[in-house]
Amino acid sequence: MNPFSFRRCWSWLCLFVMLSGLPLSVSAALAPERVSGFAGDFSSRLAAIEALGADGGADAHRVLDALENGMLGVIDGQVVIVEGDAIRDAASGEAAEGDVAAVTVITVNNRIRRALISARATLALAADDVATRLAAAHTLGESPAAEQMPLLEQALAREKNDNVRAVLMRAIARINLASPDAALRRQAAEDLGSASDPVVRNLLAALLEKRDGDWVEPDAEVRAAAVRSMTSIERRITAAQAMGTVFSGLSLGSILLLAALGLAITYGVMGVINMAHGELLMIGAYATFVVQGVFREHFPQWVDGYVIAAIPVAFLVAALAGVVMERLVLRHLYGRPLESLLATWGLSLVLIQGARVTFGPQNLELSNPSWMTGGIELAAGVVLPFNRIVIIGFAAFVLLLVWLMMQKTRLGMFVRAVTQNRPMAGCVGVPTARVDTLAFAIGSGVAGLGGLALSQVANVGPAMGQGYIVDTFMVVVLGGVGQLAGAVWAALGLGIVSKFLEGWAGAVIAKILVLVFIIIFIQKRPQGLFALKGRFADD
Amino acid sequence: MQNRRSFIKALVLSASIAAIGAPVHAADTIKVGVLHSLSGTMAISETALKNTALLAIEEINASGGVLGKQLEAVVVDPASDWPLFAEKARQLVSQDKVAVVFGCWTSVSRKSVNPVFKELNGLLFYPVQYEGEELEKNVFYTGAAPNQQAIPAVEYLMSEEGGGAKRFVLLGTDYVYPRTTNKILRAFLKSKGVKDEDILETYTPFGHSDYQTIIADIKKFASTGRKTTVISTINGDSNVPFYKELGNAGLKATDVPVVAFSVGEEELRGVDTKPLVGHLAAWNYFESLKNAENTAFIAKYRAWAKANGVPNADTVVTNDPMEATYVGIHMWKQAVEKAGSTDTDKVIAALSGQTFKAPSGFTLTMDKTNHHLHKPVFIGEVRADGQFDVVWQTKQPIRAQPWSPYIAGNEGKQGL
Repeated sequence: MNPFSFRRCWSWLCLFVMLSGLPLSVSAALAPERVSGFAGDFSSRLAAIEALGADGGADAHRVLDALENGMLGVIDGQVVIVEGDAIRDAASGEAAEGDVAAVTVITVNNRIRRALISARATLALAADDVATRLAAAHTLGESPAAEQMPLLEQALAREKNDNVRAVLMRAIARINLASPDAALRRQAAEDLGSASDPVVRNLLAALLEKRDGDWVEPDAEVRAAAVRSMTSIERRITAAQAMGTVFSGLSLGSILLLAALGLAITYGVMGVINMAHGELLMIGAYATFVVQGVFREHFPQWVDGYVIAAIPVAFLVAALAGVVMERLVLRHLYGRPLESLLATWGLSLVLIQGARVTFGPQNLELSNPSWMTGGIELAAGVVLPFNRIVIIGFAAFVLLLVWLMMQKTRLGMFVRAVTQNRPMAGCVGVPTARVDTLAFAIGSGVAGLGGLALSQVANVGPAMGQGYIVDTFMVVVLGGVGQLAGAVWAALGLGIVSKFLEGWAGAVIAKILVLVFIIIFIQKRPQGLFALKGRFADD
Repeated sequence: MQNRRSFIKALVLSASIAAIGAPVHAADTIKVGVLHSLSGTMAISETALKNTALLAIEEINASGGVLGKQLEAVVVDPASDWPLFAEKARQLVSQDKVAVVFGCWTSVSRKSVNPVFKELNGLLFYPVQYEGEELEKNVFYTGAAPNQQAIPAVEYLMSEEGGGAKRFVLLGTDYVYPRTTNKILRAFLKSKGVKDEDILETYTPFGHSDYQTIIADIKKFASTGRKTTVISTINGDSNVPFYKELGNAGLKATDVPVVAFSVGEEELRGVDTKPLVGHLAAWNYFESLKNAENTAFIAKYRAWAKANGVPNADTVVTNDPMEATYVGIHMWKQAVEKAGSTDTDKVIAALSGQTFKAPSGFTLTMDKTNHHLHKPVFIGEVRADGQFDVVWQTKQPIRAQPWSPYIAGNEGKQGL
């Protein structure tokens, strides 16, 4: 029977029911004993949920919805739904007697929630929408129980979509793995080869163990099938996990790059170690926070777009702060690196305290816009979160802009000239003082963009910059002074190396190892990965 | 001659200063120290405790003070810097001459001030759940000992109702509280028949902000198909990136629930809690508890926050260590009134057996011998609005065991 004729039959049936004058009440279809389990103890509630899921229909949804929203309760042994000040009988859906205050609401905990998810998935297997059915099959396939076998088989029999069928078949295979029939077990072991779930791998691995000298799986053919399936699952898992680690490394690297790119410019041009660079990141993040506040207040319908609107704001605010810093302080300390270092350190303390006084010492709450929450599941439980993907893309975008600015514009040419040889650039007419200010503004603005990116993954607080200043120095020093390419390689390299070390030795040891590596590296190669080549009057 | 004259001069001068200055202070106020980090990684948690202390002091002053004198708060900021805690504590006790100090959050800060209070015979009220394994004459612990928080939480997770957990990830910040708590939990789990290969213990530094690897490890550990649960003793602002990553990586409470011992309403303010629904916390108080004391407590704190210009005053929340601070100050007041003096030894003696009707809805008692409160235990699940639904609770307050029976060598250690 195809779905069309099935539906037509239904409409005929409905018409018949209506014509025959029977009351067709939408909400009076559950027998009272179907919900009475909710009045019992914890396990009888679980059983009631499961039973509702197995053959419920629309009325089951009503009861399950009420339970999930904390509206299902018990009064004098009667299961009721609480709606504001009124209560209704859960089975019939009709108004019931009783005081709302006397109802004991059923607490929903994780165990109940899990049963609810499974019950809903069971109901959803009969849905019209393919995506709904696929999601339902996935949910059920995560931990199928033997009692669900008939249900899954029915669903498989009427299922037309290949993707849903494959998921359902794997769920059935997982149950069949424990079947007494060796042929069924072998078929199951083969079917599971298309999975990419570590849980399935572990299930198969359990068959290949020996207990008290005997194989857990007595049949040699089943074992062979299990080995074949396991190898193919393992190949997929290993690939996915390696990709996951590289991705987290890239993500950490892109964050380091965004934080360090601005410093690479200012340090390169002016040879000034800007200890307040971390605070420029902080200013960018606080600017983002202010933009978020403005959006929440005035444009609540576009609140998801606040991150985009924050890009120019964060850049301009941080750039302005940079210009003020350069004009008022650094300008007067040229050629005195030690004094500049101390002065910028003092500035950083001033800025931290300023943020503390204006915004309070607490961390600020910045929420990811909805399009940046969640992630894509690669396979085998490796999820690439959207906020990190967006930040990697954003880092590439900022890098491209900076590269274009440095290579293709007149200002970029001046900046490069001043970086290489300040007196000579001055001699041929480059306005070095103005180039300094502009370069400092751009470097600071890029730091502001880094702060914007950081606000999406890390804490935003007055002292947030302090945590990054060491990391950004490592990147700049490792990459080589004044070298964009050096900063890129150093940031990505550090990111990926730390992530692999973390996976191997834990977060605390990994941090130590990275620092030790940098100390040794700087001793062997003080000029960094990429050194400036040529003759310099500065050296 | 010259010497003697100047000596007499000085003597007269200082006596007259004392005569002018001292009576004003001695007659009118009793100084009370507040020692909480208002900046640095712990500011997220400790700022609210300072506010609560000031609220309670204001409240006591409004009702006539203690022994007819007004209380005067001396607030200092040790800036999440552990040695600075000891310096500031010394300053409060020996320079400001405070009668009592309410302060500290992390165990490492408590450990660094303990010797100061012992040496100067001061009095400290410590309001946060902690790992136990210590008992100082000069310290009163108004937070939970492990048997009032960690052990009941793990028992709940292992029960059928809690999901029947078989494998455990012990995840914490790298310092004394998580290390000791996990030592106790490991011993407890072993006594319940959990094997070593079913326990994964892992630590991160203070202020750690990149939890990608940890989450991937948890997923891998959970993939055996046996029920896995995470027991988190992460402290301070690292919790925000941890929970953000957890939500984005799609690790749901129905698959791998995370129970936290240092995360409450205040810490969740910085997080979008919709993806976190169902993750758990174990405490002796939740803001969502419904009783008259709690309603009054919340209303008072909200009004205080608004009146004193606390940032984001319209969204302030209350939590367990705040309740413990509030209870501690009131119990100290009762003890001072009973002793008729602020003398440390007399107050310590008067504190034993004090009772107070707390916002948790229970009447809490200060134990006669071990300086800890008898407290009820609640286990709550995170709701979409950042509050907690209580899913399990003890029938009555239980007595603290600061010396955990699960650690060898603790037999027979109970009171002071």
